[in-house]
Amino acid sequence: MRSALALLASLFLLMAAAPILAQTAETGGATLEALAARLPDGDFNDRAGIVSRIAATSDPRAAALLDALLEGELERLNADGRIVRVTGPRRQEVAFDALTGEEIGPLGRGASERIRVNNAVRRAIRSAVGVLTLGSPDPAVRISAAQAAFSGPDPEQIEPLSAALAAETDPAIAKLIAEARAASILADGAAAPADKVAALDTLTARGDRAALSLAIAAQNDPAPEVAAAAGDTRDAIERVLAFWDAARNVWFGISLGSVLMLAAIGLAITFGVMGVINMAHGELVMLGAYTTFAVQQAIVASAPWLSEWTLAFALPLAFLVSGSVGVAIERGVCRFLYGRPLETLLATWGVSLILQQLVRSIFGATNRAVSNPDWMSGAFQIGQMQVTWNRFWIVLFALAVFAALTLLLKRTPMGLQMRAVTQNRRMADAMGVRTGWVDAMTFGLGAGVAGVAGVALSQIDNVSPDLGQSYIVDSFMVVVFGGVGNLWGALAGAFTLGVANKFLEPFAGAVMAKILVLVFIILFIQKRPRGLFALKGRAVEQ
Amino acid sequence: MIARLIDLRGAVFLLLLACFATIVPMMSLLAEPGSALHLPSYAVSLFGKYLTYALLALSVDLIWGYCGILSLGHGAFFALGGYAMGMHLMREIGDRGVYANPVLPDFMVFLNYDALPWFWLGFDMFWFACAMVLLVPGLLAFVFGWFAFRSRVTGVYFSIITQAMTYALLLAFFRNDMGFGGNNGLTDFKDVLGFDLQAPGTRATLFALSCLALGGGYLICRAVTQSRAGKVLIAVRDAESRARFLGYRVEYYKLFVFVVSAMMAGVAGALYVPQVGIINPSEFQPANSIEAVIWVAVGGRGTLVGAALGAFTVNGAKTLLTGWFPEIWLFFLGALFVAVTLFLPNGILGLLRRRRRAARAEPATTAPAAAE
Repeated sequence: MRSALALLASLFLLMAAAPILAQTAETGGATLEALAARLPDGDFNDRAGIVSRIAATSDPRAAALLDALLEGELERLNADGRIVRVTGPRRQEVAFDALTGEEIGPLGRGASERIRVNNAVRRAIRSAVGVLTLGSPDPAVRISAAQAAFSGPDPEQIEPLSAALAAETDPAIAKLIAEARAASILADGAAAPADKVAALDTLTARGDRAALSLAIAAQNDPAPEVAAAAGDTRDAIERVLAFWDAARNVWFGISLGSVLMLAAIGLAITFGVMGVINMAHGELVMLGAYTTFAVQQAIVASAPWLSEWTLAFALPLAFLVSGSVGVAIERGVCRFLYGRPLETLLATWGVSLILQQLVRSIFGATNRAVSNPDWMSGAFQIGQMQVTWNRFWIVLFALAVFAALTLLLKRTPMGLQMRAVTQNRRMADAMGVRTGWVDAMTFGLGAGVAGVAGVALSQIDNVSPDLGQSYIVDSFMVVVFGGVGNLWGALAGAFTLGVANKFLEPFAGAVMAKILVLVFIILFIQKRPRGLFALKGRAVEQ
Repeated sequence: MIARLIDLRGAVFLLLLACFATIVPMMSLLAEPGSALHLPSYAVSLFGKYLTYALLALSVDLIWGYCGILSLGHGAFFALGGYAMGMHLMREIGDRGVYANPVLPDFMVFLNYDALPWFWLGFDMFWFACAMVLLVPGLLAFVFGWFAFRSRVTGVYFSIITQAMTYALLLAFFRNDMGFGGNNGLTDFKDVLGFDLQAPGTRATLFALSCLALGGGYLICRAVTQSRAGKVLIAVRDAESRARFLGYRVEYYKLFVFVVSAMMAGVAGALYVPQVGIINPSEFQPANSIEAVIWVAVGGRGTLVGAALGAFTVNGAKTLLTGWFPEIWLFFLGALFVAVTLFLPNGILGLLRRRRRAARAEPATTAPAAAE
């Protein structure tokens, strides 16, 4: 409450500095002084009426006066009938003139009488104060006042809202005020049907759930044209909402798809391009995430001023760590098993168990948290959809990784050699390509990309030794669905599965959606055993 | 016929199994508690569990060793058989559960079920549950295999979609509203066919039954692989396209052997549940299925006896190592996967055969060859 008082006090000062508003202080026939003097008279209903008239004066001092009344601090001096504000600690209260702010000093017992308020008066005060702050020079205050007026529609507000609308210069705030005014008009039983229809049009333009509930309420309006307009508004808003729901699902789907793609694209290289089933792929992702954690710990311990740059250090390191582990796996295990994919699968599964246990022994079995840098925390608003920054950056990052890999494979000598070895190993060998070296590099590249994916995943998921396990089945699904031997397949597969998953979730629930997607993939494989983008030509013959 | 069915290796295996089936129950039931020969009943259940794993390994070997189908979802058939048996045991608890509901199992009372879901009907009858132990995995394998083999999903692709299958089932069985007890699964069993599951006699009987099932499973696998169809299966394993061009309907052979194998896995699961006392969704984990494959690889792929041997070896090592050094186990298992695929492509049996052959080829230099 103290801070609210401070806010109002500063408002008071600001408003006193606004000469335009001061000129309108005499509206309504009665001055603020005269109205304030009448506050103690009559019953609570009279008092509520006077509160509304005080607000209607738009006097800059009115907000502070009404706030004092709300707090129960206004008293009338028995001696001369002056209205004073009594504040301070108990038994040391000091009285000030309520309008001029002049200090009067401590009051004796029985020297004054409190002006009482009940709930009806408090309600009147709150809506009146909300309207008063619409004139504030601070745009943020005006916005919150307009929003408050919208969420508490009251016919009493129509007039001040209209005045504020006329005075408002910022079109965005004017829109908010117009919406608040529309809500109040709809709440007014006496408003003309034409005004209500116009108000409904304003609500249509707003198009959110709050507007929808107002429109639904307006469907019971006695005037048939209003009820019909409310029905139209409702339909229009529902269409808008359906659009944003779909947009939200698409976004969540893209976000999930980008995570899937990050996890799967390294696999698309090792499995797709090389035909090696790397079951330890998930663990390479996990190693990347743990590298991020280790970098974070090191920076916190020795160079805290670098903490915003954790990811910049973690990215290349994770690529190197996972990449070198990948090269070691290729040279130590896979090299001996080319042409025997099922054995490779088993051996790399063994490697994955070893890596998991290794990490568990070093870092412990519990989840580790990697903090987000500032530019990745928080969210921003698009239309009626909230987008968190970390998801947004991960989508961009996934696309960047994809673009970089595509360029690498299509435009560099290394990519050329990789494709040559993929297409015809013996011919490439005969042409002088060092196939063993290319194999190791390709595997290392896929593993390094897995490590980079781990850095991204550490931003949205817990870092635990089981991290890889939770992505490995999904990653294989993406690659198998998209088709091997093609990075575009991984891209299309990941985003299709992500979006499909998120569209199924509202109907089927999260787990059922996942099951349905899996069943769908199993059925899809029957139809196209080699995925969406199947390799054509000789490469198909193993 | 018999001679073709049971070769020397098989005879040794069946003989050992028969000894095992008589000695272990005798050591448990007849020997005085406290004597050196006495076997506590938990050990009987432990060995019984190994036997069911051996049967699962046998079923994996039948399709992988003889038909080249690497299923990474065989644990799903095992678990489905287990669930079918678990449902019967659940119904047999009757009103002795915590909530004393004569019809509904405890977890259903807890989850506010009004009546038994339709798929639980009939499981109060033992014969029905036994039929389901065979039918449910068999039917799933039939439908899955029908689609997969007809559209020629082979090799790695088949492995990965079987993994997806067991993963989907894992997620499904974790859901409470599936009606299978959610992540707690089915447990707190009291008795089977009126015999107390905790009694040493019941455990010994279940153990003997597991031996019988393993022996029977072995004979069925032998019968399949030694038949004409078995020859075609091996042809499919070694050159699928060539077998197809010769006019064999490859997909039907594969489907047949896949269904038989799934049913065997189901029986293994059904024997596993009463001995272990619980079945929960974690049995569907893809890792379990992959572990079953490594049992086969360790023992020797395509030998049947080797599969059972591998299951015993790996699980024995698991029990011992997790008891002694819990952290070491995964390192050991991982190293086993790598070492077996790299250095022992034919498993333990392959190693023994190589030794024997080496000894026979160079009788003069027996000592150095053995040391090698």
